[in-house]
Amino acid sequence: MAEHTIKAFDQEMDKLRGLIAEMGGRAEEAIEKAMLALQRHDRAMAADVVADDKRIDAIEAEVEKLAIEVIALRAPMANDLRDVIAALKIVSVVERIGDYAKNIAKRVPLMNANQRMQEPIALLPSMGQVAGEMVQDALNAFAARNADLALAVIERDTVVDDFYNSVFRTLVTFMVENPKTISECAHLLFIAKNIERIGDHATNVAEMVYYAATGNTAPERERGGQNQED
Amino acid sequence: MTAMIHEQHNMTPTVETKMTARDVKVFYGEKQAIKGVSIDVDMDNVTAFIGPSGCGKSTFLRTLNRMNDTVASARVEGTITLDGEDIYAPSMDVVQLRARVGMVFQKPNPFPKSIYENIAYGPRIHGLAHGKADLEVIVEKSLRRAGLWDEVKDRLHDSGTALSGGQQQRLCIGRAIAVEPEVILMDEPCSALDPIATAKIEELIHELRGRYAIVIVTHNMQQAARVSQRTAFFHLGELVEYGVTSDIFTNPRQERTKDYITGRYG
Repeated sequence: MAEHTIKAFDQEMDKLRGLIAEMGGRAEEAIEKAMLALQRHDRAMAADVVADDKRIDAIEAEVEKLAIEVIALRAPMANDLRDVIAALKIVSVVERIGDYAKNIAKRVPLMNANQRMQEPIALLPSMGQVAGEMVQDALNAFAARNADLALAVIERDTVVDDFYNSVFRTLVTFMVENPKTISECAHLLFIAKNIERIGDHATNVAEMVYYAATGNTAPERERGGQNQED
Repeated sequence: MTAMIHEQHNMTPTVETKMTARDVKVFYGEKQAIKGVSIDVDMDNVTAFIGPSGCGKSTFLRTLNRMNDTVASARVEGTITLDGEDIYAPSMDVVQLRARVGMVFQKPNPFPKSIYENIAYGPRIHGLAHGKADLEVIVEKSLRRAGLWDEVKDRLHDSGTALSGGQQQRLCIGRAIAVEPEVILMDEPCSALDPIATAKIEELIHELRGRYAIVIVTHNMQQAARVSQRTAFFHLGELVEYGVTSDIFTNPRQERTKDYITGRYG
């Protein structure tokens, strides 16, 4: 895309994109580390995830400030306007994604290290990986103004939903068979739900990216794999 | 071309079309300034013409009331109609046309006469007033519509040129209104005014909308965004894009329009 006649405007837009890319990288890392902490029952790593969330919150504040400045001082139009508004909306969603990762990490020390549910715990990291990649791809799509990449993220949401349904059934079976595992299973169920929400939020981000890139709303998607609860 | 534009931006075709231009070309001697422009101007929407300097927007505006007739080398081709009537037809009375299609210029240009006379002159020569009382009614009504009455009612016989720039411009709008035009053309009416005076003119445009068909040429894109409901982007003598203002400024279809309004032009 051609440069703005006013160079400082380009620099500000680049900075906005850079901050959002960084935020996406950090959110993906938080999800990955939370999953790893869960798998290894690593309390120190879980504590890191909780602490690192502050940086995600700080980037949100920084992007909001910069976006408001750009609107006030540059009066962005057309695709520039759509980008700035998308940036504002995206950061609040990614901040939520960070909170979900933090919530997963906070559950790690509350769980019983001696009573591991191997089967669901084996499933959750793969689910987390898909959701984390969706977040990363959605934000890469924003940085690259890539509508096709955004569409691919939207389509992947059903994978996360299918994972969730599978984990849900497994955990319910565990709880029915052995009520002693209920406390453990409840944590895992919330974790699965958190990841499912991360997938939904990544999808919302992708829809905003699609609009910013094309000026049109993303085509209505098939809501495959209905969730068992909600 | 017009049909395509309507489709493109979902413009409702139910509005009352006031003026139409079809394949209008303007030449200054050998040089072609306008290259086949077709556009409809309607009663209900303010139409803004935007584009870089030399894009032809002012030239095109001036074809709408035959102001280019005064330029010896200028030649206009194509068809322009007012209420379906060809304004370039030999039977068209140009003086009458310019009363029906009034114009406000970049620099306020009141006559060096009293405020009262500035307004009264047009109605008097066009025979719109029958007697002094009638004329006074027209002067008050025009100044009220121009949003100037309260500021000048106690000094109607002061010189028009003694007013501030913004007041002078509203006086010129009042003068255009006084002859009961159907269309008002404004050629950068605020470029010589400060932001407060500009805001008053913009508010006035908003109030006049619907009563007159209004076309405004402006260099200030924010102004086009604020005052108009339809925006036409001109570039190198062509009408590049014409559509609903909010569409043009959020999601222009043409690359050239986008580059211009986002400040990437040139």
